[in-house]
Order: sequence, then C-alpha cells, then structure tokens
Amino acid sequence: MVKVEKLTKKFGANTAVDSIDFEVQKGEIVGFLGPNGAGKSTTMKMLAGFLPPTSGTAEVAGYDVFTDSLRAREHIGYMPENVPLYTDMRVSEFLRYRASLKGVPGRRLRERISDVLELCGLEDVEKKMISRLSKGYRQRVGLADAMVHEPDLLILDEPTIGLDPNQIRLVRDLIRNLRRHHTILISTHILPEVEMLCSRVIIINKGRIEALDTPQNLRARLGQEGHVLFDARVPDARVAAAELRKLEGVQTVSIRNDGPWSIFKIQCTPGHDPRETIYQFAVEKSWPVRELSRPPVSLEQVFAEVTNGEEL
Amino acid sequence: MGRFFILFRREVASTFHQPIAYVVLFFFLVITGFNFHAGITMLNNGRGTTTVVEAFFNTMYFWFPFLLVFPFTTMRVFAEESKMGTIETLMTAPVRDSQVVLAKYAGALFFYLVLWAPSLLYFVTFQTITGMNAAGAAGSYIGAYSILIMMGMLYTSIGCLASALTDNQIVAAMISFASILTLFFLGLLSFIMPATGSILREVTYYFSPIEHMVDFSRGIVDSRPVVFYISSTLLVLFATLHVFQYRRWKS
Repeated sequence: MVKVEKLTKKFGANTAVDSIDFEVQKGEIVGFLGPNGAGKSTTMKMLAGFLPPTSGTAEVAGYDVFTDSLRAREHIGYMPENVPLYTDMRVSEFLRYRASLKGVPGRRLRERISDVLELCGLEDVEKKMISRLSKGYRQRVGLADAMVHEPDLLILDEPTIGLDPNQIRLVRDLIRNLRRHHTILISTHILPEVEMLCSRVIIINKGRIEALDTPQNLRARLGQEGHVLFDARVPDARVAAAELRKLEGVQTVSIRNDGPWSIFKIQCTPGHDPRETIYQFAVEKSWPVRELSRPPVSLEQVFAEVTNGEEL
Repeated sequence: MGRFFILFRREVASTFHQPIAYVVLFFFLVITGFNFHAGITMLNNGRGTTTVVEAFFNTMYFWFPFLLVFPFTTMRVFAEESKMGTIETLMTAPVRDSQVVLAKYAGALFFYLVLWAPSLLYFVTFQTITGMNAAGAAGSYIGAYSILIMMGMLYTSIGCLASALTDNQIVAAMISFASILTLFFLGLLSFIMPATGSILREVTYYFSPIEHMVDFSRGIVDSRPVVFYISSTLLVLFATLHVFQYRRWKS
C-alpha cells in the first residue's frame, strides 16, 4: 500500500528526514513514534503530497506521490496536526464541499456524508457551525473529512493531541474500527496509544528510522534484559540478597524494605528467567512470599533505549 | 472544470460568510452613490459638457473607492488559508495548484463585480426618472464597463499575488495597496508631462487608468489597453502560481 524509498527532506542545511525506507501492507495500522521535531510530520506531509521531497520516492496504492500526485491523492485521506477546518462552515456543508472536491460523485454524496457522520458520531452537530464545536468534535470532523472519499490510506498526524481522556478514548475506538476498511498511518508521541492501536511501530528520531517492528517484538528485544521482583519476609535481607545472587540467571540484586518485608529487584542475565529457581529457593528457606513477578517491559523503555533517552 | 467550480463556489461563499464583506459593500455603495449624485449636480449646474456616464467614471470619487477596494477583496484569499493551515487539507485534495489559484482569483474578481453591479442601476434610475439618455451611445456603457472589468482583472491579480506572499492579511493588504497605488500614479505622470509626443508620455499612456477610462467611457475602445490589461493579468497570475508553490515547498 505504501512504499517509501530513500525519502529525504532538507530545509536549507537542516535535514528533517534523512533517507528513510519502509513499507506498509494493506490493512495495517502503523504508528510513527518519535520525539517532537523527529521528522514525523514532515514525512507525513510528503506522503500526503503536500511537500515535495528533496530526494527519494514514495508510492501510495501504486501511484508515485510526486510524479502522479493527483492520482495518489485520490487514494489518501490526510488529517494534519491541529486539524485545520473552515470555521465559517457548518459540519455537513463542510463535508459536502470536501467530498465533492475529492471527487465523490454527486449521486453518492448524500450516502457518504451520512456514513461518515454516523461513523464519527457527528449526527447531533451536523448543522452546527464548525467555529462553535469543541476540540473533540473538531477532531472528529477532521477524521470524517479524511475518510469521506473512502481512501485506501489514512494519514493521521497526532489525532489525539489536546483531547481529554474521554475524547481520546472515543477517537481511538474510532480509529480501531477503521482498520477494517483502511490502511492507517498514525503519528503520535503517546506510547500507550501505539501499543493499543498499531500492528507495527516505526520509531523515528532526528530524521532517521531507529526501529521498525511490532510492539511485541520491540518489547521482547529489551525484555530479555528485564528484571524480576521478589517480595518476601526474610530473617536478614543482606544475607538473603547475597544468597540470591548465587542463584543461576541472577546478575545483581538490590533491596528495598517495606516493614518486615523485603523487596528484591533482581536483574537477570539475558535469556534467563530465574523465577522458578527463586521460588524453590524460597520454599527451601521457608520464606513467606508476597510477590514474585516479572514486570513487562514498556514501550517507553524501548523508546528511551533506541533514542538514547531523548524526551518524549 | 468541475473542481474549479467547486473551489470557486467555496471562495464566493467564504467571502460572503464574513461580516467585513457587507461593511465594504455598504461603504462602497455610499461612496459610489455620492459620486453619482455629485456628477448629476455638476451637470445640473451647467459646469460640465460630458454625459452622465462620463461624469460618473472620471471623478476623484470614482477612483477613490475603485483603488481602495482591492486590498479588501483580495487580502484573505491565500493569506488566511496559510495562516489557518487549511492550505494543507486543500492542497492534499486531488486539485491542481493552478485550479486553486484560478478559483481564488475568480472568487475575488466576482466580489469586485458584485460591488460594481449596482452602479448600473444608477443609470437605469436616471433614464427612468428624467427620460434622458445617460450616455451618448451604448458603446459608452460597453466601453466604461469593459475597461472597469479589465482594470479589475489586473488589480485583483496584484492583490492575489500580495496575498500569496504572506500569512498575514494586513501585510497582504498593504503590499497590494502600495503596488496598486504605485501603478496608478505612474499613469498620472502623463498629466504632468507637458510635451505631447514625447516617448515617456507615450509609454505612460499604456498604464494610465485615468486616460484609459476617459477614452473608454466615451465609447472609444482602444486595443492597446486591452492587450496591456489582459497580458499583465496573465503575467501576474503566473507569478502568483509560482509564489504559491514556492512558499508551500519551503514551509
């Protein structure tokens, strides 16, 4: 559906996007993840046909975005960051204008507009002026606009930014429902969003792709170096820690006290899961155990790792 | 052509969705109405030897609103969309840059024509009430209104170019006003140059709206101004298209 090769964008001496390559298959939801100024928006603008690249190529639905731009644009629904809309129009009037501009034939206008109004939950504000709408509704009008011409590819630049938690949930549900009909490219800097929505993640930093994989694989890559939490009541925490350190698969042990309980944070050697050994050891010593767990590595850690601790 | 018409309709709608359009229309009608009144009064007092149409189109009260109106009709066409960011959704729809530029230009020109259309009523009113002809011949109307439209075409294109240059409507208005005034006053040079037949005077005639209007409102249709207005309009529109593309690619 999307094929990007050596795509580069320079603004003067500043390289915003530096020779990136990736592909997106039909029906995927791919998340663009990166700190501010990483080149997410620039990449999306190029794919949407708004900005020409300095070099490289991009193809959407088989059409080159730059040499065959009009054809490609017919297959793309783009929602820019901050969702610019014509505030002097009413919602249905705006969608009608946008739909006809994007080539929806006259006889299908009514059907398409009522479809997207329903899908985006806009029926009750259909006749309202866009200037009167709340941010959440505007976001949904933007989404409705992006998909009113049934594009194969939806490009959504930060679709949940600036919304309250309820609105975020609504927009996410909406996006999740869209995956049946559209391929979706979504940019965000909210990690849980990526975990919830995306089938693949592209982590981009300083204009380069740092990682490209499924959220599970990305986590697994770091998960190998995860740690185990062991919470037990032991006679002497220091002695216990020294004993734990001798077990197989354990690298280092740190202790935190919680009343009579000691919480051990056990760093494992890569590729080992020492939980069973620890359990048997605790049974042997007849230590009462409150918790023995291996917390999942969050994407946040993956992100910090690949971008060298760059702030989100 | 379909997309052009959709864009054009949107331009016209957005113009008339704004209160400022009615404010401009109101003051414009007040001034042109006063101009008509002043022209008739002058002729009544026996101080003129022209027709009513000539008296209407060749006074200061005609040129004043004529020149002043272009910044208002054109300042928002591109500047507003760039500022609001709607240019992004507009230009990622399957439309050609040239369609957008032409539609915006046509929208602004349409507003200009709407502003001048009521002036036709003045002459109708005059003829109905007095039973006299407002012009010597039909050619006088054709000449006056065709040069009015052609001057409007050029000055509207200059306004559009100014609007494409910036995100700020006020800056756009100032640029277009300054350029239009400069062009207008260049044309005035021919009046302060006494020597008829000098080359400079010949040259300034080409872009002197005042001289053009004097001729055309008498019904003398000269092809030189026609060529001048149409070719320079095309040139400025071409420049507008390129500025529009260039600014987007740099953004």
